Amino acid sequence: MLTVTDLCVARGGLAILEGVSFELAAGRALVLRGPNGAGKTTLLRTVAGLQPAEAGEISGGGEAIAYAGHSDGLKAMLSVRENLAFWASVFDAGGVDDALKAFDLVTLQDRMAGTLSAGQKRRLGLARLMVTGRPIWVLDEPTVSLDAASVALFADAVRGHLAQGGSALMATHIDLGIPEAEVFDVGPFKAKPRAAAMDEAFL
Amino acid sequence: MIALLIRDLRLAVRAGGGFGLGLAFFLIVVVLVPFAVGPQTQLLAAISPGVLWIGALLACLLSLDRIFALDWEDGSLDLLATAPLPMEGVVSVKALAHWLTTGLPLVLVAPLLGVLLNLPVQGYGWLVVSLAIGTPALSVIGTFGAALTVGLKRGGLLMSLLVLPLYVPTLIFGAEVARRGADGLAVKTALLMEAGISFGVIALLPFASAAVLRINIR
Repeated sequence: MLTVTDLCVARGGLAILEGVSFELAAGRALVLRGPNGAGKTTLLRTVAGLQPAEAGEISGGGEAIAYAGHSDGLKAMLSVRENLAFWASVFDAGGVDDALKAFDLVTLQDRMAGTLSAGQKRRLGLARLMVTGRPIWVLDEPTVSLDAASVALFADAVRGHLAQGGSALMATHIDLGIPEAEVFDVGPFKAKPRAAAMDEAFL
Repeated sequence: MIALLIRDLRLAVRAGGGFGLGLAFFLIVVVLVPFAVGPQTQLLAAISPGVLWIGALLACLLSLDRIFALDWEDGSLDLLATAPLPMEGVVSVKALAHWLTTGLPLVLVAPLLGVLLNLPVQGYGWLVVSLAIGTPALSVIGTFGAALTVGLKRGGLLMSLLVLPLYVPTLIFGAEVARRGADGLAVKTALLMEAGISFGVIALLPFASAAVLRINIR
């Protein structure tokens, strides 16, 4: 279970969200909402451990989290299968075939990732989550450039993941068709303007 | 980590991967030097160890900014940072992959290019030994420079300025080994110094590289 307590996150040395608290239990999904620039990405990166929190605590994250950001982390000169197999061996997990099936990539598996369309790349990037074997998925705008059919594939994958006792924390603007997902609006947690510690730039 | 090494090597040899770039650069520099210096075999023999070392160093520098920049651009660096690999391991593997694709080919081809520069016969062995010991240090120091400048637009120039001074000790002692070897003098002191520098940076710099990389991906 992921527990975030009184978290304050900063972007470029300025606090952007503060007092954020939520719990994410196994089998649950939490959807972050908020306008552009509200700090959803910063919050997700902090939860994923890519940047330190200004204040507050995150427990249950760390090695349990599989993060997927705006970029898919694909290598254009590796085939679809090689890309997935690489991440599967990095995370010491299997399931490449299942992941290819779940995101309808089986027929594309020998294509170079660089020749895929934007939506196909995104599907491959999301398929990577399934080969990490990690329980908490932290997803930043996972449905960008996906068509309706692919969004449905993604929603199925998330539902399957939740059913296996996993959980998901997502920032997204569209309705995923996952009724059990709770919505968490980051708007009320906007940090008050104040002089930030400026030693950050020199660290 | 083996998977990361295999992936990097595979990417390096595929189209656009940059394998052979440093090698071609090294070849061209060494071929051009006799044209510039003129047909004085004595002079060429005297400067050949130094020229070969400078050529190898610059060839190494050429491909450094690719070490992390590509992974940064496509987002894999963030994903590697959240993967179960320690960051120190990631930077060490990256340095090893850089050495295998750049440093090792330079070491292997250097004796052939020594012929072009009229390197004295007794110098070939020590040239290869000094490059084999010195080029890993060049890759590890370069990886540190690449980690420092990852995410900067046009960071290549800044990286060169940061890395070249750090290359000086390796260059001094490495070229000294090659030169003394070519002159038939004792090489022990210079060789030990060079090896000490290499082992020192291999042991310590990955920690520094990992630390700056963690700060840079924030």
